[in-house]
Amino acid sequence: MRIIRLIFIAVGLVLVWQTIVLLTHVPPYILPGPLNVAKAALTHAGPLFDHAMTTLFEIIAGLLIGTLLGTLSALSMIASFSLKRWLLPVLVISQAIPVFALAPLLVLWFGYGMSSKIAMAVLIIFFPVTAAFYDGLRSTEPEWLELAQVMNAKPLSVIRHIRIPSALPAFASGLRVATAVAPIGAVVGEWVGSSKGLGFYMLHANARMQIDTMFAALVVLGVLALAIYFSVDRIMIKIVYWQKEETE
Amino acid sequence: MNNSTKTVAGQGKRSSAPSVILENVSFSYPGEQIFRDLNFTVKCGQWTCLIGPSGCGKSTLLRLISGTLRENFSGKIHFSDGNSQNGRTAWMAQKDLLLPWLSVLDNVCLGSRLRGEMSHEKRQKAISLLEDAGLGEYGDSLPSELSGGMRQRVALLRTLMEERPVILMDEPFSALDALTRLKLQDLSASLVEGATVLMVTHDPLEALRLGHRIYVMTHRPATLSKVLIPPGSPPREPGDPAIVSLQARLLHRLVGGGNP
Repeated sequence: MRIIRLIFIAVGLVLVWQTIVLLTHVPPYILPGPLNVAKAALTHAGPLFDHAMTTLFEIIAGLLIGTLLGTLSALSMIASFSLKRWLLPVLVISQAIPVFALAPLLVLWFGYGMSSKIAMAVLIIFFPVTAAFYDGLRSTEPEWLELAQVMNAKPLSVIRHIRIPSALPAFASGLRVATAVAPIGAVVGEWVGSSKGLGFYMLHANARMQIDTMFAALVVLGVLALAIYFSVDRIMIKIVYWQKEETE
Repeated sequence: MNNSTKTVAGQGKRSSAPSVILENVSFSYPGEQIFRDLNFTVKCGQWTCLIGPSGCGKSTLLRLISGTLRENFSGKIHFSDGNSQNGRTAWMAQKDLLLPWLSVLDNVCLGSRLRGEMSHEKRQKAISLLEDAGLGEYGDSLPSELSGGMRQRVALLRTLMEERPVILMDEPFSALDALTRLKLQDLSASLVEGATVLMVTHDPLEALRLGHRIYVMTHRPATLSKVLIPPGSPPREPGDPAIVSLQARLLHRLVGGGNP
């Protein structure tokens, strides 16, 4: 059912797109129709695929590193109260600076290659993961903790067997948000300075007035982002196995 | 319950279950004194019930004994055998507090797991406890697959797994429907035999079914009534005329707060 609905939505959006193009007679160098874009995608399938792989790698690497760092910082804040008092304000201040404004700096520091884009994605992913996981870790059911206390539980066991599992649902929703915004980080990084990736390819096509190719890159990016999102979603459902999967 | 249950659960350790002695216990929450110089003994190896209106401090008393509440507290709580209370109480609450990500079996073994003492023997013991309680086939299930009564049965087994001489119960059956409650009361009475039990409840009938000794707690700072010792040994039949008439008296005490 879910797949069929997705197909319907996709087809519907393409139809709306085509209708707008037909009704407004907008020139193809402003808004090409879906057919033109499909043609361009086929013509440039090779480079599109290559650039998509670069962007995909950047997003996945950013997700992995950002999630790892976010998880570690949330855990260390819950493990040490004094660390939390120092780290939390730093985190909040860091979010006051728009990450996009840092993009040129990151390119300067990490170069034109993938690392600056991965760094960008990491910066974007890090905060939602940290915030959600930390929130989950500290809102453990107090009665569970009390029970553990009566049982003379070791503090580390409490974190491992009670706090972490009970924070996983919150962690999962933080990671979903992070996954949804991760592609932005990679693409903005590519815009600022790169020689590879879908963001670079879009700028490249734009400069040459190949608007249909630019749209093709955009569609590929969208499909990529959706694929990553749904994969992460599936994994999270597996990890938080005790929560009833929402019946579609 | 059959005899095998008793041999599994009511182990030798219980034969020496101590009394819990509270001397001049005072405790206050900010702006409110809950106990002032309270003296009270929970008799060894017996089931003591404490009934009283909500918010009179019953649960607070349990927390003081379990040691989870230590601040703003003065007086002395000790066990009659002279050993410390630390690590010698088990806790059963109104909510089953089962961890939803652990299987039923792992929930029963939770204490051992949290203390890092998990062993094959512990596992086997938990399995036989589950079998005796009629939950043998649910060991691998998640708590969400169980009914409320079954979940609370698992919570009871988790409490027994602790093998603690003193068991503190905070309205453990109050969220269950009447029939399930009766059954679980019977099961509990047989399984915890020999332990020193202090159960808080607001249900006079429950207290009369299970308690060797019953106290009514009222007023603030809290005061305890004279002890009531119902005839016969628990679990008593709910239809017993003596129990029915005692129930009326207890209700009267609860409402009026006096000693009839």
